[in-house]
Amino acid sequence: MQYMALIYSAPGSEESYDGDMFADYGAFGQAAIAAGVFKAGDALHPVAMASSLQVRGGKTSVTDGPFAETKEQLGGYYLLECADLDEALKWAAKIPTAKYGTIEVRPIVVFDT
Amino acid sequence: MNTGSDATALASIFRAQSGRVLAALIVQLQDFDLAEEALQDAMTQALRLWPTKGVPDNGAAWLLTVARRKAIDHLRRQKTQRAKAAEISLHQTLDQDVLSETDYVIPDERLRLIFTCCHPALSPDAQVALTLRTLCGLSACEIARAFLVSETTMNQRLTRAKAKIRTAAIAYEIPDQTDIFMRLEPVLAVIYLIYNESYLALEGDTPISVDLAAEALRLVKILRKLLPHPEVSGLLALITLHTARRGARINTAGDLVALQDQDRSLWDRGAITKGKKLLLHTLAGRNPGPYQIQAAISALHSESSSWADTDWPQIIGLYGALHKMTPSPVVALNRAVAIANGGDFGRGLQEIRALESRLSTYQPYFAARADVLARFDKPEQARLDYAQAIALSKNAAERRFLQHKLSELT
Repeated sequence: MQYMALIYSAPGSEESYDGDMFADYGAFGQAAIAAGVFKAGDALHPVAMASSLQVRGGKTSVTDGPFAETKEQLGGYYLLECADLDEALKWAAKIPTAKYGTIEVRPIVVFDT
Repeated sequence: MNTGSDATALASIFRAQSGRVLAALIVQLQDFDLAEEALQDAMTQALRLWPTKGVPDNGAAWLLTVARRKAIDHLRRQKTQRAKAAEISLHQTLDQDVLSETDYVIPDERLRLIFTCCHPALSPDAQVALTLRTLCGLSACEIARAFLVSETTMNQRLTRAKAKIRTAAIAYEIPDQTDIFMRLEPVLAVIYLIYNESYLALEGDTPISVDLAAEALRLVKILRKLLPHPEVSGLLALITLHTARRGARINTAGDLVALQDQDRSLWDRGAITKGKKLLLHTLAGRNPGPYQIQAAISALHSESSSWADTDWPQIIGLYGALHKMTPSPVVALNRAVAIANGGDFGRGLQEIRALESRLSTYQPYFAARADVLARFDKPEQARLDYAQAIALSKNAAERRFLQHKLSELT
């Protein structure tokens, strides 16, 4: 099973993090690779750098920023290979942002072939 | 073989055995719907065969074996990779079991299943529904009626929960030692919720056929047998002690009677002794938790000969301990009310008032405050609070009870 761990947090909330976040993210990534659960993972630039796009009636419109205003913003993700939800949740709990933000864990769709 | 069994006897066998058989099927097949369908098929076959051929000595094992064969039939029609693998696993178990059908002990998978049904990734509503459906063997229609929702809503709730278990791959596993206490919390909460719902059902406007209190008791007993944790025993003691007072909660006119006005001779002394014995034994393990504390509070009420004789200082202390473990405004309210009941009306009322902003839509808050105000000789303020409680109440018997209290004010 593959799970996407989507990392959300409110802008500025990372200041409450107790510790060296960069080092802790590095350690998390290393541990996930060593355990064979790491498939992919990236950090995203803030939503101020985002563009939102829609195609309606053949016409493309692009706007600045995120489509919907939300308090917590998507800041990054990991794609994890786990046996079941409990294993995925255990890994998600180790993501440093879990301490001040929210990790949303979603199973990846497998299309029947 | 026993012969001469009628439909009611069969129904009671199904009722007693189906939880265990269904749990074994679900855990093996990892598929709720297929397991339910296969068991249904097996029961249909039993209804046809047993009345003439007699009930097999090990009816549960018979049902499981037949249900596994039925599941193979269903899987054959599916033709997916997953179905193929499940079919092979079923053939293997059937080959192993067939030789020893009469003395075959069904693996008790109910503990795994209850952790799956009460997984925190499912909504509490879904946890309750799924537990009643699979572990208690209630139909969607029965659960819907007990929880005053439509059958369509209940079916959707069950379908969504099962889909989430399948899609998100919630495991059919007993959590490991480090997680078990955290994962036990929602399991106990679900059982207690089912129990508390039985009161609402009892007091509700529509009569229902399902005894949720009995189901909760059955669940907590199964859980205790499979997982002897002190909090599980605490919950069993709590439910036993609450149930002991049940007969006095409703009078002959069908109206609610508050604890202070109950006829204590109607309390089930045998059940109180049983609950207290279990609680004392559990507390001796010195691993206290919220359910043990609530059971202790209930035990103190049960052993007082009258409302006035109640050991309020100890109850206040226990609510304080409970609040430390599980801080909530409702626990704080109970503690404040106990302070008022213990004789310190001024301080009790002050603490009750301090909670208003956090409990402004909670019916029992206004009912409790009205009660204290009435005894504190403030009928005008009590009247307003009773009116507010009546406005917030969702239940006819409760409204009648509050209306009666209101009319008693001078």
